[in-house]
Amino acid sequence: MTVTEPKPSYKYVGTRPVRHDGLEKVTGRARFAADLNMSGQIHGIVVRSPHAHARIVSIDTSEAEAMPGVKAVITGDDFPAVEPGHRQYDMCINVIARDKVFYEGHALAAVAASTRDQAQAAAAAVKVTYEVLPAVLTIEAAMAPDAPVLHAHMMTAGADPPAEQPSNISNVTRFSSGELDSGFAQADLVIEREFTTQPVHQGYIEPHACVADTGQDGHTTIWCSSQGHFSVRSSTATLLGWENTRIRVIPAEIGGGFGGKTTIYLEPLAVALSAKAGRPVKMVMTRDEVFRATGPAPGTKLRIKLGAKSDGSLVAGDAYLIYTNGAYTGSGGLLGAMTVFESYKIPNFEIEALDVVINTARSAAYRAPAAPLTAFAMETMLDEIATDLGIDPIDLRIQNAVTEGDPSTMGFPFARIGFVECLEAVRDHPNYKAPLGPNQGRGVAAGYWFNIGESSSATVNLNEDGTATVVTGSPDIGGSRASMALMAAEELGIDVHDIRPVVGDTEAVGFTDTTEGSRATFATGMAVVEACRRMVVELRGRAAKMMGVDIDDVDWVDGQAVYTGSDDEKAPLSVAEITAKAKRTGGPLTATGSLEAHGAGPGFAVHVCDLEVDPETGVVRVVRYTASQDAGTAIHPSYVEGQIHGGVAQGIGWALNEEYIYDSDGVMENPSFLDYRVPVASDLPMIDAIIVEVPNPAHPYGVRGVGETGIVPPIPAVANAIHSATGCRIRDLPMSPVRVLGAITSNGGSNGA
Amino acid sequence: MSRVHVTCTINGDPAEFLCDGGQTLLDALRDEVGLTGAKEGCGTGDCGACSVVMDGRLLCSCLVLAPEAEGTTISTVEGMASGDDLHPLQQCFLEGAALQCGVCTPGFLVAARALLDRNPDPDETEIRYGLAGNLCRCTGYDKIVRAVQAAATEITAINES
Repeated sequence: MTVTEPKPSYKYVGTRPVRHDGLEKVTGRARFAADLNMSGQIHGIVVRSPHAHARIVSIDTSEAEAMPGVKAVITGDDFPAVEPGHRQYDMCINVIARDKVFYEGHALAAVAASTRDQAQAAAAAVKVTYEVLPAVLTIEAAMAPDAPVLHAHMMTAGADPPAEQPSNISNVTRFSSGELDSGFAQADLVIEREFTTQPVHQGYIEPHACVADTGQDGHTTIWCSSQGHFSVRSSTATLLGWENTRIRVIPAEIGGGFGGKTTIYLEPLAVALSAKAGRPVKMVMTRDEVFRATGPAPGTKLRIKLGAKSDGSLVAGDAYLIYTNGAYTGSGGLLGAMTVFESYKIPNFEIEALDVVINTARSAAYRAPAAPLTAFAMETMLDEIATDLGIDPIDLRIQNAVTEGDPSTMGFPFARIGFVECLEAVRDHPNYKAPLGPNQGRGVAAGYWFNIGESSSATVNLNEDGTATVVTGSPDIGGSRASMALMAAEELGIDVHDIRPVVGDTEAVGFTDTTEGSRATFATGMAVVEACRRMVVELRGRAAKMMGVDIDDVDWVDGQAVYTGSDDEKAPLSVAEITAKAKRTGGPLTATGSLEAHGAGPGFAVHVCDLEVDPETGVVRVVRYTASQDAGTAIHPSYVEGQIHGGVAQGIGWALNEEYIYDSDGVMENPSFLDYRVPVASDLPMIDAIIVEVPNPAHPYGVRGVGETGIVPPIPAVANAIHSATGCRIRDLPMSPVRVLGAITSNGGSNGA
Repeated sequence: MSRVHVTCTINGDPAEFLCDGGQTLLDALRDEVGLTGAKEGCGTGDCGACSVVMDGRLLCSCLVLAPEAEGTTISTVEGMASGDDLHPLQQCFLEGAALQCGVCTPGFLVAARALLDRNPDPDETEIRYGLAGNLCRCTGYDKIVRAVQAAATEITAINES
């Protein structure tokens, strides 16, 4: 189902062709990073800390170096020193520890040997002497007055008055508007609630992997899977103290990222090992390493107070948000502050958000970072207000929803957005009125993500036969090759299957930022359109030459150069006819587009979750799920639906099952897909995706990013549905069977209804 | 340690390879035979990305020792298409957009074929439970389940014609 505003009719945009990289991916021929092997390749293994917090007294690599097959051993001493204040200090000391390890699994050395088994044996023979330090494992412990301080240099940024002593609070973010006390004084209903959530992992199925080959000329080539190979290049260069241009990064197919592959872990180690060994070095993480040492999304403690008038209008909001980003400075608090009240008109608000460091793995971006958690708090409280005031939850949201011109939290006015349209689409869907069975409940929740633009480049080359190659710098995580080809087809008038979309390496295409912030189809799509429009001008010029007329008398219509002048009629020229004569009209036909994209349209989504709670076990089963989302314009609707489906599934897993569990020493207890349980097919129903299309005025086809917003509403939608089914409000994640059962059996309404 | 010589049939062709006694079938397929379609997502039999069929039985090749392949018949994703003709499951996955990143896709295709060999007309629940050993983090399974339903219908039609 699609809900749309009137828009131009397109020939290719909005259709559902088979994706261009699909054949390789269904036949097993697609080359992911771990599938690549180089001549003479050896294997690298990382040595990791068994302690959550310790000073490294010494590392003795002599025994490891003497073992069979070992070609190189490296430690932090093999990399340039970095000092606090360095732009990427956290990333540098995370990739390889220097004087301290900050979490269990922290990399501190690496070994390369002829076989993986030899490298593993040698890694185990690296002797590390630690001075074990007390581990700080919770937000409360990190903020305690006598807490051990992880980073001696960490003075809270943004503190007012300025911090005088180092602490575990890395930064404070504050936003406010209006006057809080007078806002609450106008309220007929005031509620204040607290929430806790645990770190969760992105759970991409492909572990991190790379191959690095460093030549005698001091240049290196890296093959790896990432969400942005230009950023792999610059981050790796930073760690090594090299110029960026000594490194070429060739993107492999990427087996899922969800934000977790926007940073690096292995590449500088592989390059350093390769340089030392004089051989290509392949490194592949195990799943255990992926869990212990990469990307969890932050855990939180959130406290929110909301005030509403009896007619449902929100008048005041006060938010105190604490995010822990693991052992380093993070942006969870900032992003939480930017999203918590963003979707609603709240004239008086204050937000204070803290980022706190603890001895767990450094958090990485995860799909709409921070927003699912602020939505968990905000959207369950709105549900409470709707229940208390006897207002339909969708009507309450429509009443308070931001629309075009309303100020965002940071004060900027929204451009045209589709929040109300998403609410109406769900309200008008038959699922919203579908009957519920015994022990079943229905929950509504909304979500928001701002999306970003950044830099993108694209090159369009016309081939001799009239087909086109479109080269961009955005890795294809979920069908973006197809969307690039669709936009190019629309612009050039060439059949979408006569366009070959290619992901170019760092030396084959202009600089392109990482695929993050749902930006690929938006921003890289804009670069493709720009390149194609330049190409059309070029094609008109070549055709004019062939016709012997002025370029101003040649239009581009349906993939043909058409003469519009007043002279005798001339036959239109196709792309193939023009490229066939290219040698005589000016040479090869190529055009580029490079831009800094502005105006990424915010994405809104509204979800309705129907679920059934087993009153004897607390097991929750989602039985029906409906999700609307404003895509602006869906370039390839199947992959827009796919993004919505994926976000919903991840959000349901986050709501019901997923969490990092540590023992009292900070050792992760569930680092496998057996014990860290992500949803499987039998856990989920079909997901009814409703694509709402309110075009983004800043994009030539109206695109808004769609990758992230879909994960924002599911947690509160599930929580609200559990309340609907049981009368219990659960404000701690995950809402696992034991917690749901506890809530049901304690008083039929834990934490107050 | 001397290496073990294994003779078997892979995707209909006779095959032989040398492996270490402790090497997994997955590593042998990828590193010794050169078939990298099966992926290692976990190494503990939890994600199904390494699914292959050995002597008619669907299994995680990361949990099988390579020497156990001696004398067996193995099929992998690379053997699903006949020449240029895709298996209906492959075709339906493409047409139904049942893949996003694609790294779990080989495992799903192998598992889905094993499911349809067992049960040519599964309902949605049977498909969901039949594929519950395969993790996909991108699709939410919706389009995968639909693609398997479509392929089942197509295979039935082919068999009846």
